[in-house]
Amino acid sequence: MTPPLLAMTGVSKSFGAVAALRDVQLELLGGEVHGLVGENGAGKSTLVKILAGVYPPDAGTLSLDGEPLTLADPAAALAAGIAVIYQEPTLFPDLSVAENIFIGRQPLRSLRRIDAAAMRSSAARLFDRLGVHMDLDRPARGLSIADQQLVEIAKALSFDARVLVMDEPTAALSGVEVERLAGVVRSMRDAGAAVLFISHRFDEIFALCQRITVLRDGRWISSDPVGALTVDLLVRRMVGREVSSMYPKEASTVREARLEVRGLRRQGVFSDVSFTIRSGEIVALAGLVGAGRSEVVRAIFGIDGYDAGEVLVDGKRLPRGSAAAAISVGLALVPEDRRQQGLVMELSVERNATLPRRWSLSRLGLLLWGAERRSARDWANRLQVKAARLSDPVWMLSGGNQQKVVLAKWLSTEPQVLIVDEPTRGIDVGTKAEVHRLLSRLATDGVAVLMISSELPEVLGMADRILVMHEGRLVADIARSRADEESVMLAATGQSGGAR
Amino acid sequence: MTAVDTATAPAARTSAGSRLASRVFLIRELGILLALLLLIAGTALANSRFLSAQSIKDLLLGSTILAILAVGQAIVVITRNVDLSIGSVLGLSAFATGSLFLASPGLAIPVVLVVGLALGAVCGAVNGALIAAARAPALVVTLGTLYVFRGIGYSWATGRQINAADMPVGFLRLGTETVLGIPVLTLFAGVVVVLAGYYLRSYRSGRELYAIGSDPAAARLSGIPVGKRVFAAFVASGTLAGLAGVLYAARFGTLDANAGLGAELNVVAAVVVGGVAIFGGSGSVYGAAVGAVLLTTIGSALPVLGVDPFWQRAAVGALILAAIGLDRALALRIGRRLRGRSSHG
Repeated sequence: MTPPLLAMTGVSKSFGAVAALRDVQLELLGGEVHGLVGENGAGKSTLVKILAGVYPPDAGTLSLDGEPLTLADPAAALAAGIAVIYQEPTLFPDLSVAENIFIGRQPLRSLRRIDAAAMRSSAARLFDRLGVHMDLDRPARGLSIADQQLVEIAKALSFDARVLVMDEPTAALSGVEVERLAGVVRSMRDAGAAVLFISHRFDEIFALCQRITVLRDGRWISSDPVGALTVDLLVRRMVGREVSSMYPKEASTVREARLEVRGLRRQGVFSDVSFTIRSGEIVALAGLVGAGRSEVVRAIFGIDGYDAGEVLVDGKRLPRGSAAAAISVGLALVPEDRRQQGLVMELSVERNATLPRRWSLSRLGLLLWGAERRSARDWANRLQVKAARLSDPVWMLSGGNQQKVVLAKWLSTEPQVLIVDEPTRGIDVGTKAEVHRLLSRLATDGVAVLMISSELPEVLGMADRILVMHEGRLVADIARSRADEESVMLAATGQSGGAR
Repeated sequence: MTAVDTATAPAARTSAGSRLASRVFLIRELGILLALLLLIAGTALANSRFLSAQSIKDLLLGSTILAILAVGQAIVVITRNVDLSIGSVLGLSAFATGSLFLASPGLAIPVVLVVGLALGAVCGAVNGALIAAARAPALVVTLGTLYVFRGIGYSWATGRQINAADMPVGFLRLGTETVLGIPVLTLFAGVVVVLAGYYLRSYRSGRELYAIGSDPAAARLSGIPVGKRVFAAFVASGTLAGLAGVLYAARFGTLDANAGLGAELNVVAAVVVGGVAIFGGSGSVYGAAVGAVLLTTIGSALPVLGVDPFWQRAAVGALILAAIGLDRALALRIGRRLRGRSSHG
């Protein structure tokens, strides 16, 4: 029997007193896609960083083709043929797309100079393989998360890696892009590479992977062929307990109109966007990535301006481009990109969680530490934030826990209109159900909820009404009773006029 | 899976982004050049003697040392660091040059040049080692070495002064001679600018300096030897300050331990005015060099225009603020433009 392409045995890793991985084993075979699942904080990202050569393991061994392997730094991992796509894209905003792919490995011509033409054409070939058009010369700054992820994928492709590790590559992608990615993964698998695929979306895991490993609390739980597993079984192993329901949507009485948007237009981004959200209602804003959903809510919340139209809250017109005014009438926006827009990474968990309420938590302009801490602890408990200490800086938390802090931050302002942009992106099943329960409870309490989501099951499971955007226009408004995957997807891809 | 196999090559696309990016380059670098030309034209209109061969030569000579320092500083700033010690390194190197000629008057000029460069390189290596190995912030480390290097200079000079008479005529002629009307010193600066600019643009390690400044964490993940590159950037900056010290000795002839005192702030100003982002990742040494010429020109144009010397510093300050303001405005505009467009079909 040939040894596995890459094997991990007895790997442990601690950060201070926190054990991130304990005695973990993993075997990746060539020509196989291996799924890795686990709740947030289960140790998936730590495992990825050990494979990437970022962290050396405290104990345990790695082997490649049966030979022992030591990864001193990321360069050593790349040299060994291990390419990693991280959860959060790691591009250089000032460099061009093509340079981002080939940095440090640019094709050379005489005198070891960079051959810019060869670099461009290689990059163009990569994007052709991915089936997308990408402007190769523009700087990476300002690329959407989905586009950044595409550049990362092209970069990983360019390595001709033998082992490809993907840490939630699909979290920011929408249907078409996920399909495209799945195609790339399969073609790499067929070429004999071993792929480690991390995702919170079970449909993808089951569609792509041949074997699935479960981690829980830093420990290895199981590795099984996909045929021997079901979603229920997997969820039980991940959580270690039963999860009652993923989409605990309760019926709530819909009352008066809270948020009204009339004829909103921003040149070249979106146009003619009108809708009303009533108290007690969860409205989903569906559509493909790039349809303009985030841009619309940013304009409503006053982060960006708009060219025409108006936004009314409780019948009163909101001034254009003022987030402060929006907050003061009870609007809250939980943004999509938590690292850049949602959190101050260097500040503590409690400081982040109470940031929007720093005035109400202070007397005479001085922040009351006790009140801040109490409030933060309360919300951390309600959302089950896993942190060693609430005084730790936010960057020390895992991705899902960071998302919980962002939610806590805005929920604690007790908003009248809550706008959430991809609220469960990169969040594990257990927490996902928590977030859904929370949204549902907010709606029954009379909050108007506008939820952007690229996950169809979430949209269908949680929303009372589904608005669908396509290329900057609202193309459909589908009631919960009439909504199904097909009707939403058709509208999102611009295939039908929708049910307006 | 069909998405991969059926992808057909699109025709070579002229990308809006590349045009935008090159336009930004043009706006940044050409903008400073334009400001420089406007200043020269305006001053020449007010006083035609401002454009005489002699005054242009003076202008070029005056910018040379600042421009060489600015190139070194730009290389460091591009990596999201800063080198405040260059004024002191210049002082050390200049005094070492004088002392060498004092000790052995017959020394060949290239030998002295190499010694000056080597001395600068050693100082740069000290900076680089402290920053790269100890992972200490460059601002603090080079602020420390600014005083240390200057202190070494003072204790070495012990108040002595070296005069032009102590140095060989051939060496001093370096500071005054011209080739086709261009001062020899300026040719040095020109070669430095072109070589450094070409290196940063066309070599892997040069591009990696930009990557490091753009996102240091991502650079580490990409396997870029960040410590090594940052170390090299400081060695380059120190070496260029060493070169500037030798040229300083040739130009002024009279040397004491105070040579280059306070130069670092002028240099940082030139780099920022020249469009190098202070947080690293973008800009060019060409811009930095033009920035140096612009600052020098302001210094000599304002008196010609009859501006009170007290206002000259304020004018330089206003220019820095304007440069940063322009940068911000451009960044916002481009950011909006790039976001507004879907970048793939």
